[in-house]
Amino acid sequence: MENTLFGEKKAEARKLTFRSIEQYPEAPVSLGTTLSNFTGDWRTFMPVIDESKCVKCYICWKFCPEPAIYIKPDGYVAVDYDYCKGCGICANECPTNAITMEKEEK
Amino acid sequence: MAEYKPIRKVVSGNYAAAYAVKHARVQVVAAYPITPQTSIIEKIAEFIANGEADIQYVPVESEHSAMAATIGASATGARAFTATAAQGLALMHEMLHWASGARLPIVMVDVNRAMAPPWSVWDDQTDSLAQRDTGWMQFYAENNQEVYDGVLMAFKVAETVNVPIMVVESAFILSHTYDVVEMIPQELVDEFLPPRKPLYTLTDFDNPISVGALATPADYYEFRYKLAKAHEDAKKIIKEVGREFGERFGRDYSDMIEKGHVDDADFVFMGLGSLMGTVKEAVDLLRSEGYRVGYAKVRWFRPFPREELLEIAEKVKGIAVLDRNFSFGQEGILFNEAKGALYGTGARPIMKNYIVGLGGRDFTVRDVRAIAENMKAIIESGKLDREVEWFHLKR
Repeated sequence: MENTLFGEKKAEARKLTFRSIEQYPEAPVSLGTTLSNFTGDWRTFMPVIDESKCVKCYICWKFCPEPAIYIKPDGYVAVDYDYCKGCGICANECPTNAITMEKEEK
Repeated sequence: MAEYKPIRKVVSGNYAAAYAVKHARVQVVAAYPITPQTSIIEKIAEFIANGEADIQYVPVESEHSAMAATIGASATGARAFTATAAQGLALMHEMLHWASGARLPIVMVDVNRAMAPPWSVWDDQTDSLAQRDTGWMQFYAENNQEVYDGVLMAFKVAETVNVPIMVVESAFILSHTYDVVEMIPQELVDEFLPPRKPLYTLTDFDNPISVGALATPADYYEFRYKLAKAHEDAKKIIKEVGREFGERFGRDYSDMIEKGHVDDADFVFMGLGSLMGTVKEAVDLLRSEGYRVGYAKVRWFRPFPREELLEIAEKVKGIAVLDRNFSFGQEGILFNEAKGALYGTGARPIMKNYIVGLGGRDFTVRDVRAIAENMKAIIESGKLDREVEWFHLKR
């Protein structure tokens, strides 16, 4: 599983959507943790990585509060958009401006 | 079912609450002392020290923390209790929303005490009624027996509908006044109130959950509806549990409003809590003198028993609402609620609000008589002299 933070665990994860009052749990408890519930649908802006500028310093990987940035087998970083909330900290911290925040169309 | 032989003890309202906590097999108590609540939690501490009760007792640094710790305990699935009064209840306010929102069946005794300033430790209902919109249910006890019975029933109702309940008693008039209370042998309490079956628990480590996490505008609304519906559904549960309590132990609580002589009364006195004991005494006296009066003691303020109120309002010409509380800029809180519940029903009794007993001002049988005379004149003339009367005011 290359494109994921949580490897195989993510295979069962989904975005929880309730379509009628009956589908809701009686109390406001999460059904499982964020390992099984996607939280990446709050974004307005999404980080986009330009690998030609990336120097593999991993500052973005350290600073991401989610964390939604992971290191690929080739050593470059990538964003898991199922969890990224679009805060922009990675783009702000990147010393080579390899990350830009682009408005997301949904 | 074993035969019921009550154990009669002479106890204060606060000790009645503490005994009920012990008999309910409460597992966690987190509390901070405040007059006039202190002797509840002192007595519970004594039960624990004597080995009479197996309760985890958490002494905390404030009422906000007391409710926070009670919430934490309840979220693990434990039966949890706390008690407070006045300023302490106000300090809990934020956490009260948390308890109801997370649907935790906590039971708390609030000893009605006037809000400061001016500083006061005496009876006044504004502290609990100011928590009206927190999502808690509220039961008002008339006497020490109802404090004991109320705590036991509250756990059963709360754990059925997963909504917290405040059992409210009067400062000193009940909290520190000794009276005979019929207590229930432990094994019969156990039959009535089995161990809690929680809706969820934080201690299922194989299936971790988070409680009260963020709900976006797409979901928050539905959880509010669930809580609103739980309050409506609770009315049926309250009646069932009240009836079961009566069948088992001889004191029936199936009515959310206790009624007396309503069927042949021109007007009734309506109110909450201990002052209705005085009213009941006065009604007997007034009826022996020919007054066509009755009473409507509102046991449950939340959920509000609008259906039972309507039945009363359709039978009588007038309702004297006695409020030991006040909502500044408006009127007595029960009066406001009762009028609101009747609007749109077609029932239009003459309603007058008497503000009585604030800050522990004595409210006596003689006062009830004066109100009866005033109400009689209003009904005979059909003219309301004023809607809200500050009854005791020194003029």
